[in-house]
Amino acid sequence: MALSREQVAMRVAQELQDGYYVNLGIGIPTLVANYVPAGIEVMLQSENGLLGMGPYPTDAELDADMINAGKETVTAIKGAAIFSSAESFAMIRGGHVDLTVLGAFEVDQNGNIASWMIPGKLIKGMGGAMDLVAGAQNIVVTMTHADKYGNSKLLNDCTLPLTGVGCVKKIVTDLAVLEVRNGAFHLLERAPGISIEEIQQKTAGKLVVDGDIPEMAFS
Amino acid sequence: MAGFNKVVHSYEDAMAGLQDGMTVIAGGFGLCGIPEGLIAQIKKMGTTDLTVVSNNCGVDGFGLGILLEDRQIKKMVASYVGENALFEKQLLSGELEVELTPQGTLAEKMRAGGAGIPAFFTATGYGTPVAEGKETREINGRHYVLEPAITGDFAIIRAWKADRYGNLVFRHTSMNFNPMAATAGKITVVEVEEIVEPGELEPSQIHTPGIYVQRVIKGNFEKRIERRMVRQD
Repeated sequence: MALSREQVAMRVAQELQDGYYVNLGIGIPTLVANYVPAGIEVMLQSENGLLGMGPYPTDAELDADMINAGKETVTAIKGAAIFSSAESFAMIRGGHVDLTVLGAFEVDQNGNIASWMIPGKLIKGMGGAMDLVAGAQNIVVTMTHADKYGNSKLLNDCTLPLTGVGCVKKIVTDLAVLEVRNGAFHLLERAPGISIEEIQQKTAGKLVVDGDIPEMAFS
Repeated sequence: MAGFNKVVHSYEDAMAGLQDGMTVIAGGFGLCGIPEGLIAQIKKMGTTDLTVVSNNCGVDGFGLGILLEDRQIKKMVASYVGENALFEKQLLSGELEVELTPQGTLAEKMRAGGAGIPAFFTATGYGTPVAEGKETREINGRHYVLEPAITGDFAIIRAWKADRYGNLVFRHTSMNFNPMAATAGKITVVEVEEIVEPGELEPSQIHTPGIYVQRVIKGNFEKRIERRMVRQD
């Protein structure tokens, strides 16, 4: 079975380490915050200027001056810091954020990512995505392995306008966990019940399958 | 002493001198931390051919979005403009020019503009459409794009508290782009929730020193919420 959105988030959460500063993008990446492993502490960075993002507010806590990068009302945890956009992107650009998780339309075998623009459709803008992929120490991309027509999103070369070049290290899809290095996708894990053949068939870029590939484990 | 009394008492005085064709830098992120009354005053003045620099362009009917209604904006420099149907319409019809700029680069362009730095190298956008036509350079094995700074004829920002010297404190995440925008305007106008006496703001806790600020006006804010999310406890 292909993973649900929640299961993709659960698998990404296994990448978190104690003491990590983490920026989570919109969509599946946001769900990762629900699955932080027990016994570790991570600090969520929101690029509009908040380090130590907490859960959504209660009705009583609701405050128009307290939002996240998705423009949703949010809270700050005890020990949070609030700062300007320039300070926020100094943290990001300067490589101080340990992990960025974001979605994408396409990733290619050289670690290039396209996530912000589909020519011919409405151009909304890149927001902070280009800064995040250029600056984070470690980038995990979450997306479905193929689009709804079955076309692979893991390509030789991205076809859409890029967000960043050579920056993606790891991809968690609904079918597999893959590492990007040396110009290829290296298969690390497969979703429970998903065959290597299916992953090969849905990966258009160069795929390296080395030895036994374990199924993802969910505790 | 009057030279340091930056408080004005009408929106007309706050935006006096704004002319057609000028560049206006606006603070705010989405609808959070926007100078609502100053934007409304620009709409009332009917100033046109403006270049507006702001992370977003408000929404239909609120924030900077109201300046689209009478086509007052000629060009928008922003990182994300996906909240606004009128924006889309004017962009597609060619009435509106847009320069999409990565969010961190936009913040740094304002910061550099206010700090007397004409341009800077950043890895952000290298190899993407953002770098097209721009100088690039390899430094220590990594590729960078030269990004010019931004300054404005006016900067319009929102703060929480100000004193008459123009010292500012921002509230929560409504800070966002406001401190950088404040430094990058030839005339920086601040709309605040509260004007306090000099000395009430702790000097070491001031976010924006008054030297960057020319005018302060006390506003009343609707503080509309763009995405209201709550949890049930």
